[in-house]
Amino acid sequence: MAVELDVFVGNTTIMDEEVYQLWLDGYTVNDAVKVRMEGGVMEECEASADVLLSDTMDQYRTFQMCERLLHSPAKLANQLLFQIPPNRQAILIERYYAFDDAFVREVLGKKLSKGTKKDLDDIGAKTGVTLKSCRRQFDNFKRVFKVVEELKGPLVENIRQHFLLSDKLARDYAAIVFFANNRFETGKRKLQYLTFQDFAFCAGQLINNWTVGAVDNMVEDMDVDLDKEFLQELKELKILITDKDLLDQHKSLVCTALRGKTKAFNEMEANFKNLSRGLINIAAKLTNTKDVRDFFIDLVEKFIEPCRSDRWTAADMKLYLTHYTNSAHILDTFKHQVVWDRYMGVIKSCIFKMYHD
Amino acid sequence: MPGKLKARIVAGRHLPVMDRASDLTDAFVEVKFGNTTFKTDVCPKSLNPQWNSEWFKFEVDDEDLQDEPLQVTVLDHDTYSANDAIGKVYIDIDPLLCSEAASVISGWFPIYDTIHGIRGEINVLVKVELFNDLNRFRQSSCGVKFFCTTSIPRCYRAAMVHGFVEELVVNEDPEYQWIDRIRTPRASNEARQRLISLMSGELQRKIGLKVLEMGGNAVVGYLQCFDLEGESGLVVRAIGTACTLDKLSSGSAPNTNTHMHPNTAPASNACNSPSKDGKEPVFGEDLLSSSGPPTPFRALPTSSSSPPPFSPSKPCSRQSSSSDTDLSLTPKTEKAQPVRRRPGIFLCPSSPTLSTDTLSLPGSGSVGCGHGSAPRATTPPPLSSIRSDSALLRKSVSFTEDLLLAASGMGSGGSAGKEAGPLKTLLRQQTQTALEQRGASSSGLLLNAREFPFFTLTSFPPGFLVHVGGVVSARSVKLLDRIHNPDEPETRDAWWEEIRQEIKSHAKALGCHAVVGYSESTSICEEVCILSASGTAAILNPRYMREGCLDMGITDHRFEEPSPPSCGFCHIPYDELNMPFPAQLTYCYHCRRQKVPDVLFTTIDLPPEAAVTGKGCLIQARLCRLKKKAQGEVNATAISNLLPFMEYELHTQLMNKLKLRSMNALFGLHIQISVGENMLLGLASATGVYLTALPAPGGIQIAGKTPGDLSNEQHILTIQKRINDTIAKNKELYQINPPKLFALDPEVFCGINMELTEEVVGSPIPDPRQRSRLFRSHSESSDEVSELDLSHGKKDAFVLEIDDTDAVEDIHSLLTDAPTPTGFYSCNTEVMPGIYNWTSGVQMFTSVRVLRLSNANLTNQGLNKIFTDLCENLLKSFYFKLRSMIPCCLCRLNFTVAVPEEELIQVAVTAVAMTFDKDQTQEKPAEKAITKGCSETEDQLQFPLELCADASSANNQPSSKISGVPETTNVSSRVSSLDRSSPLPEGRSRSLRSNRSFAGGSVTVVKMTPLSFLPGTRIIKYLGIINMFFIRETSSLREEGGVSGFLHSFIAEVFAMVRAHVAALGGNAVVSYSMKECVFMENPNKNQAQCLINVSGDAVICVRETDQEPIPSMTNIGQTCTSGTDGAT
Repeated sequence: MAVELDVFVGNTTIMDEEVYQLWLDGYTVNDAVKVRMEGGVMEECEASADVLLSDTMDQYRTFQMCERLLHSPAKLANQLLFQIPPNRQAILIERYYAFDDAFVREVLGKKLSKGTKKDLDDIGAKTGVTLKSCRRQFDNFKRVFKVVEELKGPLVENIRQHFLLSDKLARDYAAIVFFANNRFETGKRKLQYLTFQDFAFCAGQLINNWTVGAVDNMVEDMDVDLDKEFLQELKELKILITDKDLLDQHKSLVCTALRGKTKAFNEMEANFKNLSRGLINIAAKLTNTKDVRDFFIDLVEKFIEPCRSDRWTAADMKLYLTHYTNSAHILDTFKHQVVWDRYMGVIKSCIFKMYHD
Repeated sequence: MPGKLKARIVAGRHLPVMDRASDLTDAFVEVKFGNTTFKTDVCPKSLNPQWNSEWFKFEVDDEDLQDEPLQVTVLDHDTYSANDAIGKVYIDIDPLLCSEAASVISGWFPIYDTIHGIRGEINVLVKVELFNDLNRFRQSSCGVKFFCTTSIPRCYRAAMVHGFVEELVVNEDPEYQWIDRIRTPRASNEARQRLISLMSGELQRKIGLKVLEMGGNAVVGYLQCFDLEGESGLVVRAIGTACTLDKLSSGSAPNTNTHMHPNTAPASNACNSPSKDGKEPVFGEDLLSSSGPPTPFRALPTSSSSPPPFSPSKPCSRQSSSSDTDLSLTPKTEKAQPVRRRPGIFLCPSSPTLSTDTLSLPGSGSVGCGHGSAPRATTPPPLSSIRSDSALLRKSVSFTEDLLLAASGMGSGGSAGKEAGPLKTLLRQQTQTALEQRGASSSGLLLNAREFPFFTLTSFPPGFLVHVGGVVSARSVKLLDRIHNPDEPETRDAWWEEIRQEIKSHAKALGCHAVVGYSESTSICEEVCILSASGTAAILNPRYMREGCLDMGITDHRFEEPSPPSCGFCHIPYDELNMPFPAQLTYCYHCRRQKVPDVLFTTIDLPPEAAVTGKGCLIQARLCRLKKKAQGEVNATAISNLLPFMEYELHTQLMNKLKLRSMNALFGLHIQISVGENMLLGLASATGVYLTALPAPGGIQIAGKTPGDLSNEQHILTIQKRINDTIAKNKELYQINPPKLFALDPEVFCGINMELTEEVVGSPIPDPRQRSRLFRSHSESSDEVSELDLSHGKKDAFVLEIDDTDAVEDIHSLLTDAPTPTGFYSCNTEVMPGIYNWTSGVQMFTSVRVLRLSNANLTNQGLNKIFTDLCENLLKSFYFKLRSMIPCCLCRLNFTVAVPEEELIQVAVTAVAMTFDKDQTQEKPAEKAITKGCSETEDQLQFPLELCADASSANNQPSSKISGVPETTNVSSRVSSLDRSSPLPEGRSRSLRSNRSFAGGSVTVVKMTPLSFLPGTRIIKYLGIINMFFIRETSSLREEGGVSGFLHSFIAEVFAMVRAHVAALGGNAVVSYSMKECVFMENPNKNQAQCLINVSGDAVICVRETDQEPIPSMTNIGQTCTSGTDGAT
């Protein structure tokens, strides 16, 4: 005796959020049943394990059928097959495109290619995310990447419109796409302490300030790629470290402003030239794709680590960078104020975000 | 040239990729009606093509308009090879032919392919210009309205009820034609879909013609079924109730058409309609019946000389002429009677008892079963006493039948006629030449209605239903043969005619002149077919009837003293002194003026005005019977022999379960017997209630065979205690607290407190018989238990004897029905007796389960257990899945069982879960109010409802777990911007767009329900009947997720197509939805499966109840408006 066929179809599609999450998390039907049993649903309405199994299978089937639609969420709203109230649709989409920070941290900046996909089982094992869920998340990244790659207009807005995601999630996807496109190195040991949210924040800064779209939002590809002209102009900043006078002048201005305001003043004064060289060199090298990739590792090595070893507090860091940026404006021989602001604005907020344990 | 059909193809979307190279599709559309085809241009390289075609115009007969669907085929243009079909849309244009229904069809339809399912959508506009046809010989019946709803549709009132209409058409099944061997599965499926669509159209047209003949303008309770007879063909048949309906103007009558209860529609108005109380001309059978006493069959042993008024079966003479099946069933015995078994049965409204002294046990019943129509009269296995009667009966019958035929002249069916056009020759029921029909039908049809005073309605305007006798049913086993035997074109008609005659005679025996809640069904396995019909014998108020429709002769006296509506229908219609079966009558516990039976079984819905104590619940009896595999007649005979036993056992089960719940009446009783190769399945479903007017049911008494055995007695005591506990628990659960005066709890009834019993029962009812019965029951419970015999046991139906393990099993199974979880109620009627305050949550669902029996050596008991568990588990699953809707009630739980192949049991269920307001479930409008005017009582049950407001309610709701998603509004606006592809400017789109749920959304929310109403809403327009037939086939079963995946998506697709058609008609809901057929076949080894689904319902526009003026008189009842909980998730 065996149940050969067992289906339940509602005119309004019935979806249990808990089961949906289990499905998204890549649980097998049997594992999902176990989790649900432990969750105590059975006591709640006098159900048996059979009932739970049957319900779980039904739901899994429904989700599998919906999955095709979820790949292009706009279709979900005007498809006829499933009658799903709009608020449910939004939940379905949002959850489908949600991802594990642990997972995304592993693939951030990697090429969204078949090769990476092959490594997913390793990543899964490392992060404790099931392979199935890894695949879904990876495919989501790839799908979003492919769609927005060819679109004009602001990146976040494009993602939100095409995938009907919430603003927050759309921004995260923008970060993922941006990282994947520029192949930023995030996997080095020194960067391990940074969370996805740290990177996402930085990505947002870069997208908003360093891309073509940041100045002109009707240009193709504008949000995904860094503004080449700007990167060229960054070379001009070198004058701040190559011109001895300028460097000294800059240092004295900063030190004057900082004196007495922080305990770390001595270290700041001692390290000023090193730190300034570090930041300016990063700027000057960004025309090389290779160096773009190393942007974050450079920031950490050239700036964050020295500061940390000198035990700067976050407040110290803020103080220092503010004065460091502002003082450059007072330098009368320094003509690249606009580029400087555009550069330092991002650097400042990125470093603020990244300066933690 | 009475009609011009115009169609325009606007656009497509979400088309599948047909060209792998470009990942695009070059789509064009063929629009076909009849033999005319138009094509659109090819829209190259697009998955969202915009055709914006011209109007394609078809100039056609209105007859064709009724029969044919508009066929829209989407194809992929291919320069070098044949164009590939993407899929099709069949659009039934019938709703456009009725001025009151839809005026245009416009919307997105899913493009359906029988192999691939839904493949994108197409936007189509259809209009019809109809010219008046004054030709009185016309064959069309445009304008007749059809309703699946089995009550007078809201927003109409019944000016007159004309009576029964039926028709059937027959054809060869394309699946079994030789050509099927060479054509593709797709072509074959499409041929079948198209044919059935054609046949349905034709059937509807013909029924419409009959209605026009009768002077009606609508068919209510239209029930259309398919019999897939395999090799022998395809039958499409339909029955319904012809009515003359008047539309209520929506402004003037919000009160009459907004009831929560479906049944109270045009009550008071209808009374004023010109009604005729005059006597109708007396026809042949009346003459006969008046010559003898109106004798119920049970009385025949004593008065067998008087010919019964109705023949229970065809006379011998006629049988010989229709020999194709009947003869084949005749066993080679010396008996001259045909063995066509007619285990027709009254499910006696009281207990399944016979006051017989000679009782043959089911085991020994085989003797009686060899016989003619022996078990026809009553439930139990054939009795020797009846056996002799049947012979007599048969003789007398043949005589009657001849007379009757003579009287009916041209006959009732219009099933003559030989010549016709090539297409029409396919159809058995050829249209007679117009003149012939004109001449014959006016008398013939009237006679038909008169001949079969049947009503497919299950609920009625107040005052319509006077008395209810009980359930009448008839079954007949037939061997299928090819239909196209030119000499016997009317076999199927004749079969049904027989059954109907029998039903009629049963009703007559119950002293009733009409059958309400009437339905017919078949079960087919290979060449064997069980035809079943059942209904409720009743006496109706002739004021609503067309003259001559009912046979009033002997019942007039019953109208003299009007009974209170809350109990009147329970009063016995038959003669107390000459009862058709032994029932224990008492004076009505409500009005105490007239007699009522102790138990009442019916197939109708609970009349809204009925006084009920507590709540009702679903009661099911389930049964499996193994049978040997056999062929032909042997098989048919074996099945015939089993049927009466099954009916009897189902009935006993029902009765016991009813008592176990301390209830005394069943409504909506539906007994399905399904035949398979090696087993028969029986499933009886009904809703049990405690009718205040009927006496309290007794308890259940357990008796043992061997009193000496101590351990056994101990065992019996334990069981007895469990039963008593269960009864007590159920009383609490269903809130059955009858007025104390009448309370007869089991202990009292068993005589523990004799004095009280006597006093209590005796005081209102000074009936010596009652008292004696009580004494007897006392004696049963005492030391004489061991001497109980079966007759005793059956007589009171509450003594269960434990004499062997089977009996123990039975009792256990009785007790294993799991109670519904807290917060849930279930019933198979329209609404739950005892719940009156529905809120907005509505979730219609279909569930199908197929069980494979792996063990070949199963016993009947084992099978029973499996089958019972299957049904119980299904219910449990529903409760679990719908737990978010608590408190809620599953209404119209419709179980359909089948044995698709050996060792497979299939159960399909369609039902609706509806939320209600928990705090007010207790209240039932006070009885005074009911008697005063029940039509008003429901009006205050108006809830600010979100029929179409999932969205708005959703936005207000904090979305439960996900905090980051209060995004719905944004999402929606974006959706709307994406929907620009819709070529229809908002302004031009239909009225429904204005009240659709979600301003920005492109898909109309369409609610579906098997009920005739949606709680909290008002139906303002009926748009026409939805009757759709789909086939889906796959040869990649595994890839589609196995059988479950395959069927799951198919059912979802069917829902989607129904919704799309309703939305295109301008509607936003389907009421009286039902899945008539779900035939599933699989061949996992070949990775193949096929499924056929037939669904029907009424497309409607409904609006939220907003214009409520609280009814001041009813405020004391405490029913206030409650905001709907958004239970439907």
